[in-house]
Amino acid sequence: MLQRIRERLNPTDIVMWSIGGILLIMICWGSVATLVKGVYSTHHWIDFIIFGLAQGSVYALIAMGYTMVYGVLRMINFAHSEVFMSGPYTAYYFAAYFYRSGLLESHPVISMVLVFIISMATSTLIAYLLELIAYRPLRGAPRLVPLITAIGASFFLQYVFKGLYGSGFQAYPVVKALEGHLMVGPIRILKFQILVIVAAAILMVALYQFTQRTRLGKALRSVSEDKEASALMGIDVDRMISMTFMIGGAAAGAAGVLYAIMFKQVHFFMGFIPGIKAFTAAVLGGIGNIPGAMLGGIFLGLVESVGPSLFLDGLGIVAPYQLKDAIAFSLLVLVLIFRPTGILGERLAVKKA
Amino acid sequence: MNPALTQRFPGIRLGLIGGVSLVLLSLIGMVETFNQREIISDLISMGQTLLLLTAVFIAYLAAKRGREHGRAQVFGASITAGLIMAGMLTLLVLLGQAINMRQVFINASPVLFQILIFQQEELWAGIGLLLLAGALIGFSAALLCLLPHWLRRVITTGLCSVAGVGLLQDLIAPILSDWSLLADFTDLLFPGNGLSISGAVGLFIVVAALSALWSFRGQALQTRIKALPPQSRRGLNFAALLAGALVMLVLPQVLGLFLSEVMTIVGLYILLGLGLNIVVGFAGLLDLGYVAFFAIGSYTVAILTSPELGFFDWNFWQALPLAVLFGVLAGVILGVPVLKMRGDYLAIATLGFGEIIRIMVLSDFLRPWLGGAQGIGKIPKAAIGGFEFATPQEIYYLILAGCALVGFISWRLRDSRLGRAWMAVREDEDVAQAMGIELVATKLLAFATGAGFSALSGAIFATKLGSVYPHSFNVMISINILCVIIVGGMGSMPGVAVGAIALVGLPELLREFAEYRLLVYGAALMAMMLLRPEGLWPEATRQRELHEEEDAVRASKLAEGSAGPRS
Repeated sequence: MLQRIRERLNPTDIVMWSIGGILLIMICWGSVATLVKGVYSTHHWIDFIIFGLAQGSVYALIAMGYTMVYGVLRMINFAHSEVFMSGPYTAYYFAAYFYRSGLLESHPVISMVLVFIISMATSTLIAYLLELIAYRPLRGAPRLVPLITAIGASFFLQYVFKGLYGSGFQAYPVVKALEGHLMVGPIRILKFQILVIVAAAILMVALYQFTQRTRLGKALRSVSEDKEASALMGIDVDRMISMTFMIGGAAAGAAGVLYAIMFKQVHFFMGFIPGIKAFTAAVLGGIGNIPGAMLGGIFLGLVESVGPSLFLDGLGIVAPYQLKDAIAFSLLVLVLIFRPTGILGERLAVKKA
Repeated sequence: MNPALTQRFPGIRLGLIGGVSLVLLSLIGMVETFNQREIISDLISMGQTLLLLTAVFIAYLAAKRGREHGRAQVFGASITAGLIMAGMLTLLVLLGQAINMRQVFINASPVLFQILIFQQEELWAGIGLLLLAGALIGFSAALLCLLPHWLRRVITTGLCSVAGVGLLQDLIAPILSDWSLLADFTDLLFPGNGLSISGAVGLFIVVAALSALWSFRGQALQTRIKALPPQSRRGLNFAALLAGALVMLVLPQVLGLFLSEVMTIVGLYILLGLGLNIVVGFAGLLDLGYVAFFAIGSYTVAILTSPELGFFDWNFWQALPLAVLFGVLAGVILGVPVLKMRGDYLAIATLGFGEIIRIMVLSDFLRPWLGGAQGIGKIPKAAIGGFEFATPQEIYYLILAGCALVGFISWRLRDSRLGRAWMAVREDEDVAQAMGIELVATKLLAFATGAGFSALSGAIFATKLGSVYPHSFNVMISINILCVIIVGGMGSMPGVAVGAIALVGLPELLREFAEYRLLVYGAALMAMMLLRPEGLWPEATRQRELHEEEDAVRASKLAEGSAGPRS
């Protein structure tokens, strides 16, 4: 028994696990120190958690696109972050028009629904064109080739939108109906956060039911399971791949508007960081796995909003919020190292790759 | 659209695609920005050239498709494509006249529309001219398509060289006018902004004649060189190498301050590219966090030498080995955990790592040691004896030495046992492992070597600039370097130089490009992957590998065709 354990231990694993252990101890140490010091009240923590939930549900929606595309094509659609950006950036001009014409104030629901539809339509279109022009001709190419294309497409799209709409930050118009807060029992929640969480939840449930219940969803799942066999069963694989991109694009477009409502601005570079984070969320949950992406997104959102004050503050780090992106990226690297399967997923990083 | 229709008339589909690209080029502001530079005085500007080249290319493609349907279709297809493209630009102009699009598309300005209708006062006359130009483009593209191969090549070479000389006028004119002998000639060639008409025609004739000569005689010359005995051929190679080295040595003295500065930037990218070439090109590991090692090299030199922080007071040469060492160490530390992953996971993990390094350097938490957002200044210049590498012309030699060293090392590594192991891993990990290659160790060596080279260029970068800021080390640098090696040809060392000159040198010279640099990079990455994955100057084996599959597919299709109709 001991012999076998000794055989299985190799030096790199020992180093890795000890680094992991040290990190874990530091996180616990920091958290305990913060909690003992009691800098933040319960109200603060609740605010952090709700903000984390809202942010996390946006990540989860974007992560859908990554996860579904990875499930079907086994590639990271690097340009998905620009699909996410294109929707709200285009819809901004409509939102601004509704604001000027007073429609946003008199009929907030109708105009917001319109903004959502426009954003989702734009993102869907971009995702469809992306697949058609950039990825379809590369089916069956060596793995690096589509990945590099995706990186190129990402920057190309970013700067096309910069050229079209300009390089400034555009302030998203504020919806009057979404200002202020609601009391849910003793908890105070900002109204727009409720909208973000509820809308994201509805979309995710709808998407999940779509893939599970409908004929089309079944076809999508079968393509991601085995392309050749699906083709033999009479499924149009190319169309299903297009479909996957479009559904992911629609989810990203909706997520984009929610993101714009939360942070109140759009910009041609706005997709980059949420894109990487949503990918992190997809990996966290187990890439290729739709419920996993939801779980991963919410988990990442929570860690990002609670983490800096919980465990970095306790370690005596100055201005911990500056490091919130670093936490997300470290989480990505750590998950890839220690549990590439994610929370729910199968072991894709090594085996199916 | 009806597929049968597009099959019958290939011009329609290509024309629509071309039209969309032309409208996009106009709306993102490229046409207007590029319009300040004239290629041929008072005749054609760079913005118009951009549109023209795109249109001719699309029309030529249409003509080629049309050839499958007979000779008449060649003209039909390409003129249709040309007219559709011109028509879509006309629609853009009309739309711009009818409504004010500038609230959304900031570049849809009246100036743009004036350019599109050839600065005509009368709108309809301009539109007529635009449509006529479309038809003419289609017609000439069809003619070009029907010409014999050598003549087509001669004409395109001539036209491209005219466009190139016009494009680089700011670079060529001052150099030519430095020599008093050529001063009159320069005035004749460049009367003001752009080439003169006679100059352009003359240049075209000279280049076309040379190109024609080459297409008849070049083959013979090449075979004669090949027929030489190996000893004299080696001598010839050696002489060429020596001449190249000499040129490189005197170049900054000839080119002047500004161009030397450009050359140092290109040189730094070559240095970085050679390092990444080992990781991506040789070993096939996509590393998007390459800039992290560059930052580590820079910051090591900055911390060790800058009196601003006051920890150490070393000189550059003492700090350099340590910077490289830290780069290698960081490569190993990052490499051990991430190298178990494959392809795309590795890319994302390294991207995350690069961002972590940047965020850490930027944070207030590490400010006392790393200077935070203000960075570290007052880094001393490198010096040998009394000679200080201070001006761009002097730093050029430092970078040249770095490039020579790194180039030599990677050239020797490429054909070594290790280099062959890298390529085996690149092609197929499982097979490589089965052949007895230790995967993690091999990848780790590639990663660490690349990291060391990156740290070396970071060190030179720090002393060149005299200060380091966290903002110099964002993910764009990694992407730029990746672009350089992809465009040049993955795994090819001359390709790195070609890529760096094309992607870094040219934009430095053409100031208008600065705004569209990343757009062009993105488009270049996509276009290279879709059309020419082996790069501009491919490595021989890689080119064979990439086209082997196509040949195999073609062969199997042929076999299938002869075996009978496909089910």
